[in-house]
Amino acid sequence: MKRIAAILLMTFGLAAFFVARAVLSINGAGASFPEPIYSKWFDEYHKKDPNVQINYQAIGSGGGIKQVTEGTVDFGASDGPMNDDQLKAFQDKHGFSVLHFPTVLGAAVPTYNIPGVTAELNFTPEALAGIFLAKITKWNDPAITAANQGVTLPGNDIVVVHRSDGSGTTYIWTDYLSKVSDEWKTKIGKNTSVNWPTGELGGNKNEGVAGLVKQTPNSIGYVELIYAIQNKMPYGRVKNSSGQFIKADLASVTEAAAGAAKNMPDDFRVSITNAPGKTAYPISSFTWLLIPSKFTDAAKRDAIKGFVKWMLADGQSHTEALAYSKLPKEVVSKELTALDKVQ
Amino acid sequence: MAATSTTVPSAGPLAGSRSFFDRLRDGDEIARLITLLFAASVVLITLLIVYELWHGSVLPRHKFGFAFFRTSVWDPNFEQFGALPFIFGTLVTSAVALLIAVPLGIGAAIFLAELATARLSDALEFFIDLLAAVPSVIYGLLGIFIVVPVMRDVIQPALKNTLGFTPLFKGPAFGIGFLTAGVVLAIMVIPYIISVSREILLSVPRDQREAALALGSTRWESTWKVVVPFARTGIMGSIFLALARALGETMAVTMVIGNTPAIAASLFSPGDSIASVIANQFTEATGELYTQSLIELGLVLFLLTFILNGLARLLIVLTSQRGGAARA
Amino acid sequence: MTMNAQLRWRKFVSNFMLTMTGVCALISVSVLFFILGYLVYHGGAAINWDFFTKLPAPVGENGGGMANAIVGSAKLLLLAACFGVPIGFFGAIYLAEFSSSKIAFVVRYAADLLNGVPSIVIGIFAYSLAVQPFKHFSTYAGGFALGVMMIPITLRSTEEFLLGVPRSLREGAMALGASKWKTIGTVIVPAAYRGILTAILLAFARVAGETAPLLFTALGNRFWSEGWNEPTASLPVMIYNYALSPFEDWHRQAWAAGLVLLALILIINIVARAILSRGISVPRA
Repeated sequence: MKRIAAILLMTFGLAAFFVARAVLSINGAGASFPEPIYSKWFDEYHKKDPNVQINYQAIGSGGGIKQVTEGTVDFGASDGPMNDDQLKAFQDKHGFSVLHFPTVLGAAVPTYNIPGVTAELNFTPEALAGIFLAKITKWNDPAITAANQGVTLPGNDIVVVHRSDGSGTTYIWTDYLSKVSDEWKTKIGKNTSVNWPTGELGGNKNEGVAGLVKQTPNSIGYVELIYAIQNKMPYGRVKNSSGQFIKADLASVTEAAAGAAKNMPDDFRVSITNAPGKTAYPISSFTWLLIPSKFTDAAKRDAIKGFVKWMLADGQSHTEALAYSKLPKEVVSKELTALDKVQ
Repeated sequence: MAATSTTVPSAGPLAGSRSFFDRLRDGDEIARLITLLFAASVVLITLLIVYELWHGSVLPRHKFGFAFFRTSVWDPNFEQFGALPFIFGTLVTSAVALLIAVPLGIGAAIFLAELATARLSDALEFFIDLLAAVPSVIYGLLGIFIVVPVMRDVIQPALKNTLGFTPLFKGPAFGIGFLTAGVVLAIMVIPYIISVSREILLSVPRDQREAALALGSTRWESTWKVVVPFARTGIMGSIFLALARALGETMAVTMVIGNTPAIAASLFSPGDSIASVIANQFTEATGELYTQSLIELGLVLFLLTFILNGLARLLIVLTSQRGGAARA
Repeated sequence: MTMNAQLRWRKFVSNFMLTMTGVCALISVSVLFFILGYLVYHGGAAINWDFFTKLPAPVGENGGGMANAIVGSAKLLLLAACFGVPIGFFGAIYLAEFSSSKIAFVVRYAADLLNGVPSIVIGIFAYSLAVQPFKHFSTYAGGFALGVMMIPITLRSTEEFLLGVPRSLREGAMALGASKWKTIGTVIVPAAYRGILTAILLAFARVAGETAPLLFTALGNRFWSEGWNEPTASLPVMIYNYALSPFEDWHRQAWAAGLVLLALILIINIVARAILSRGISVPRA
């Protein structure tokens, strides 16, 4: 008995040792869209300042919005900006507002797995809307083959994969579809979680969708660009508002943001899907950190502000290696000014 | 010291004559009160759970009422929530699981109780108990990487070729879906059916078997026509226990069911279960109605398992009483 | 003649069916060995020193390990035991030694009810009670959720073993003048300690693999979890996240974690049963 007690005491002692370390722990949660770059950033920032540990959990943009509103995390992250109702809910609950800070630019791409097809497919907005509305059910449907002369598409049924969790990537995708398809706009709408008409496979987070598409023949899904690249999965070109089929890459995404950069609203909430520009990729988006405008813990506030400043400067040099586009210069300077609003 | 510190025990002819504080000095009363506190906290926690589930689902209960159980639309965007797809998914996967696990489980239990020597029976039971201890997430891990490819490449095409004319096996074979989730669940609940049924069969009095054999029945006939019917209610109880376990399974199911609220006749179709949708969407449900609808789903699940567990225990108790009475 | 033919048929059916039951038993038991086999095969290669000592690498990069998840699971289980074991243990003492049959019935019923609550519902409960009011995902909340799940097993098993201590021991102690609580502390509990230890170990094994309640309470952590009030990584949640991802390296690590977790659980189970089968320290009357 005595020996057991001694072991327990020692364990508690060890555990207390963990408490005694003076590391500042900050918790954030939200989008999986930027998770690769965020996890890289927080890792690098921890190396730069070992006293600050920013733990980011990718639970989906919906989760980021919800948990930052609940106050269970210090900041949130989302690719779908909070709408007015959600902003009001935060304001009502806390008595102060929550601020959006764009971090990178990314793209949602249509990735697919068609046995025997290695070519890069071209997708028109009508084709994409039709596939996800379950109106176009086979790969050799004329709406798809018309844009892909020279590629033999099989007559197999299309397996549609969507997000099963509350997702900013879903928000970006449905935002785009709502702009190019009236039927989508009225029937489904845009949100982090929608009532998918097809009712086909659902994956958890970007990783889940990528995993499903990779393993399921004849499937198509939407993921953030880096997930398709890292997993060596083919992804298609999308026709933009100027009629060009554009592949998502650093240049085309930056082009999509060019217009918005000049006319960025003060709260940074803006949609750049289907942006004008000859070489703009139509399904691009900013992604935001959701930071409360008031902190009771000064150390946390300073750490977060310090991180954002670092992110806007050194951090931006890591983005391109992971296929995220840098923020336009105008946005960066505007954000640095806005950072003062965080008290 | 012990002799002088002893006083008259609390219950006894002189009990009423001692004040509360006298009894307190004994230490017995303190011990009784402290342990009562702990025991009461068990009841308190259980009541709290029910309260939180009920109170936390007030919005959808008032808004949708019983229509919640009839609607199949789950639309967080337009705030329409219906539980039907999830109830459907939960029931279908559990039904598939039982269809596979019950024959296997009862067969194995018969072997362990009737045929195997005591040593073999105990040894095999040891392994079965270990199987029951494997956590859900590991079944999920094996499900994704072993069961799903096998289903997609071997079993589902085979089923399609042979039984594809029935609505149950139509449609594309993804590997994930109701059937796969049911298979994984079956593996998870077999140990429960085996261990409880084995105990029940072992408790059937010997004279029942011996009477049948004396009348000229074969081993199998005495088992199947006499012993098993005798233990019938207890075995039903073990099936209800297994069902209750299957209904509440979260991780293994969510990893292989397809996570999409669909009601379909085909077992190849992906779907969702109550536990699975809560696990996926709870941390991200923005808006009170959305969150509380998920909590109402939790309430439904709780009620289902509550009823099943109660029935199971009742049946098992009835059987053992019957066995005891017959022995007398 | 027909009698013989009938008899031969019945005998054949009998032998066939009984062989089938053997097959059923064989299939059921062999599943366990399949599981172990696959885990050893896939996970064995992935277990290296890094796995036990390094933190997770950024998304998409190879390498890294699950050191924080292993420590996190240990901390969660410690908390769970601190919360669940005393309630189960002392509650069982109340049921076995002090209570009237009415109260005993209510407490036992509540414990059985608690045992049947699906783990995801416990997760919702723990979120509303231990996360929302404190505005913090934490190891405390995760430990609380797991502790609640430990209570019924500990309570019922401990009660059984306490009741199994022969009356002669109790009466002997009382005849020597010991008060009730002294009897319990110095005679009854030591007599039943093997069974009680087994109960606690089995409760441990049960919650060690639980994932669902941790999703809403301990959340997860890419770094070391500081103290007890921060979110923490845990083995089961890491397995879940890594298995669903498309990264091969994460799959490899998920297998390794699965092997470590299952090995731990099986060892606890085997040890618990070994303790029990050594016999209760006092022969039953």
